Amino acid sequence: MEQFAIYLHENFFYQAPLWMIKAAVQVGFASIVLLLFVSPFAGILSFIERRIAGRMQDRIGPNRVGPQGILQFLADGVKSLLKEDLIPKDADKPLFILAPYLVFLGMFTTFVALPFSSKLIVADLNVGILYIFATSSLTVVGLVMAGWGSGSKWSMLGGMRSAAQVISYEIPAGLAALTVLLLTGSLSMQAIIKAQGAHPWQWFIFDNPFTLISFFILFIALIAEGNRTPFDLPEAESELVSGYNTEYSGMRFVFFFFAEWANLYIIGAIMTTLFLGGWQIPQSLYNASAAVANWFPQVVQLLFFQIKALVLIFIVVQLRWTLPRIRMDQLMSLCWKYLVPIGFFCVMGVAVWMLLFPQGVPWMRTFLTILAGITLVYYFYRVYYQIKASNAEIQLNPFV
Amino acid sequence: MAIQTQEMMLNMGPQHPSTHGVIRFVVKTDGEVMSEAIPDVGYLHRSIEKIGEICDFNGFMPYTDRADYLSAMNANQGYAMVVEKLMKIEVPRRAEYLRIIASEFNRIISHLLAVGALAMDVGAATPFLHALKEREKVNDLMEALCGQRLTYNYVRIGGVSYDMPPGFTEQSLSFLDKFEPIMQEFERLVSDNKIFVERVANVGAISREDAIAYNLVGPNLRASGVDWDLRRDMPYSIYPELDFKVCVGRGEKGTLGDCYDRYIVRIREILESVKILRQCFIQIPEGPTLADMPKSLKPPIGEAYVRTESSRGDIGYYLISDGSTHAFRLRIRTGSFTGMSIIQKISQGMMIADLVALIASLDVVAPEIDR
Amino acid sequence: MSFEELIQTLQGKFGAESLVTTTDRAGDPFVMVPAAKIVEILTFCRDDASLAFDCLSNLTGVDAPPDDAEVVYHLFSYSKKHSLTCKVRVPKSNPHVSSVEKIYPTANWQEREAFDLIGIIFDGHSDLRRIMLPEDWIGHPLRKDYKEAADYHGISTSRPSLLYPEKG
Repeated sequence: MEQFAIYLHENFFYQAPLWMIKAAVQVGFASIVLLLFVSPFAGILSFIERRIAGRMQDRIGPNRVGPQGILQFLADGVKSLLKEDLIPKDADKPLFILAPYLVFLGMFTTFVALPFSSKLIVADLNVGILYIFATSSLTVVGLVMAGWGSGSKWSMLGGMRSAAQVISYEIPAGLAALTVLLLTGSLSMQAIIKAQGAHPWQWFIFDNPFTLISFFILFIALIAEGNRTPFDLPEAESELVSGYNTEYSGMRFVFFFFAEWANLYIIGAIMTTLFLGGWQIPQSLYNASAAVANWFPQVVQLLFFQIKALVLIFIVVQLRWTLPRIRMDQLMSLCWKYLVPIGFFCVMGVAVWMLLFPQGVPWMRTFLTILAGITLVYYFYRVYYQIKASNAEIQLNPFV
Repeated sequence: MAIQTQEMMLNMGPQHPSTHGVIRFVVKTDGEVMSEAIPDVGYLHRSIEKIGEICDFNGFMPYTDRADYLSAMNANQGYAMVVEKLMKIEVPRRAEYLRIIASEFNRIISHLLAVGALAMDVGAATPFLHALKEREKVNDLMEALCGQRLTYNYVRIGGVSYDMPPGFTEQSLSFLDKFEPIMQEFERLVSDNKIFVERVANVGAISREDAIAYNLVGPNLRASGVDWDLRRDMPYSIYPELDFKVCVGRGEKGTLGDCYDRYIVRIREILESVKILRQCFIQIPEGPTLADMPKSLKPPIGEAYVRTESSRGDIGYYLISDGSTHAFRLRIRTGSFTGMSIIQKISQGMMIADLVALIASLDVVAPEIDR
Repeated sequence: MSFEELIQTLQGKFGAESLVTTTDRAGDPFVMVPAAKIVEILTFCRDDASLAFDCLSNLTGVDAPPDDAEVVYHLFSYSKKHSLTCKVRVPKSNPHVSSVEKIYPTANWQEREAFDLIGIIFDGHSDLRRIMLPEDWIGHPLRKDYKEAADYHGISTSRPSLLYPEKG
């Protein structure tokens, strides 16, 4: 990389200082790596979502392009590239053009601070979680710009809705994250994960009752920020005809969708990092994998992280294809009348808890873990019962 | 200092996913809250009434399909009945049964589409597809019965066009056996869903008086608490011999006559239709399916007004005959038309999202409004 | 109540000479009502306890060639389960009928439709615009003497026959 920078300096940009070119090369390199990493991720997530949706709706979903249709996102991307790029006559042209990039940028830069394993992180910023919240709310600027710039009243309504929604839900999200920060005493993503353990009872979610509540607050708030059903008001297709992105076509439209699915992953990743122990694996597993190769523990950690994130993503997708959409006033009252007060209550609760029990309460951790276990068992029992009651034909094989 | 605001005029439709066809609403809105939604209809006007004056009586039958394509059998039946009433034609018993079987099947699929579309319009895409899946199966049955899947043209003046194909009874009964648990599953998915109830309960409540004054009909009328069903209260065809309940809205989750009541009345009517169908398949007699009809129909000079209970409620055919082979004047008064006219009154002060739910819960179908 | 009883009640109130019934026709009986009295009669029909026509089931505009047009009101009572057909006849040269929108709100749209397709003008209607056809349409298509214009905004209203193009 260094040599490439020197090469550039000597042959092309000899007037610019060397440090600037070095920085530019580093940024460029990082972007390419991230792009290569994020893009397939968003694409494959779109495939997963469509297949789950298909299964839930008693149809198949994409299964033609590539093995089991996994390359569908590539086909869609290429198709969109070839589409005509329309800009409406009444559009505010600069804003209209800029908006999708801002949305994309907002989603994209959050990946910088996501800790995939103990070493696999682009930058372990000491303000990691703050950085993620900050950049991901950059998208709202893009959405409002898209809504305004399209020059369509429906798009503008969508843009305004998303502005109101994202800004409101930042607050409960921030409060819920604050409980974890209190426990950790650091904003760094790696420090947050390191403060937790590999086993469920060592996770922050089960640390005390208040963190358990904040887990759900953060989950709801992040879904709302990501404009997912039941909070998909900005792009409600039956009301606003898909809101802010109505007027977009071709590649710009794809950017919005990229951002949406990347955001889906970010929801899972943030939740995993803050509450579910991130990439933590048991020490025995670490030792065993380290025996295979030096880098192998990193892979196992990545795997654990991804599994946790994907489970959450699966839940989000299931919610999307099950629930109706709530109304604007209900959305606001949910945020301001319920989530924000409960969030404050949790922050206070955690603070008091830490004051009373500086070492934590082991039996409470055990109790909460068992409670969660029982809930899960009951959930699976209900699923089993429903399937049995409806005499549905079960198709367990995911490959159709 | 107060922020200066201005009312925004939004144009909802004619192409909009939740206007259920080509209808336009001029929505005056201040942010999310609208002050008024003015319906503008007529985009699908095909002058079916004028065509009725040009076609002969049998030739007009396919056009009634197009008047209400989601409930074509019921529209067929109403038209056949008005001509029969004027000409005093006795329809064979078997044909009456076949008509009711077809109509009730049609009611099921029409209501399925209505509740599915309501769920989709409040944001849940999955129930709609499950509803359509069942609708396809009924469409298959209808195809077996009359060769068509949407615009059936099955009923004839004086009877029906074909008898049941062999095995139709068994196929239908096995479908009904599977259909009932699926309806329960559908209900579990939608009816008690907290978000769904929040979205439709207390929204667009139509009082009993308004419902009658604006001549709402069918499920919309019953949802407002009027215990009235033409099939029971002014029985025609073979309905007196059948045992079924009339489902009336009770304001279970909110106000009487709100969107939830209209939804739940439809769900219950589907199950009542299943009951009616089972009875029909047991009671159906043998015999001819078409009365002896003259080559060209010439009703005597006079007029008749017949109302039948279609899926969207009371559909009224008013026929004036001048004794020739064509109708002198044929008027079709449909449930969607009157249902649509109440939207302007009800929509005041609603949110945009509520308007969508209101339209879907009234189950208006654009071709039936415009004819 | 049967039709005869309904007519007797109405004639007792408004006088026999103004309410004419025709008996020689097939199908449903109806009563002819003078155009000037329609609002009065329908108000009575709605408010009288023994009639209780709470619903206007149908309002139809009918062209009655050569010179007249009719408006047909199908009244219905949910509580008494009886119905009544009233007709009003006006000359086509001056087709004015009082609107019954104040009595039955559902008449609003139905009168607009009758205005649109037959051309009957309803006095006192709050919003008498065309409903089915565009605002700038010429003529009232359901009149028997309606002649279709050759084009609408430059769009031809007829097309050559696909089977016999030479016939035009």
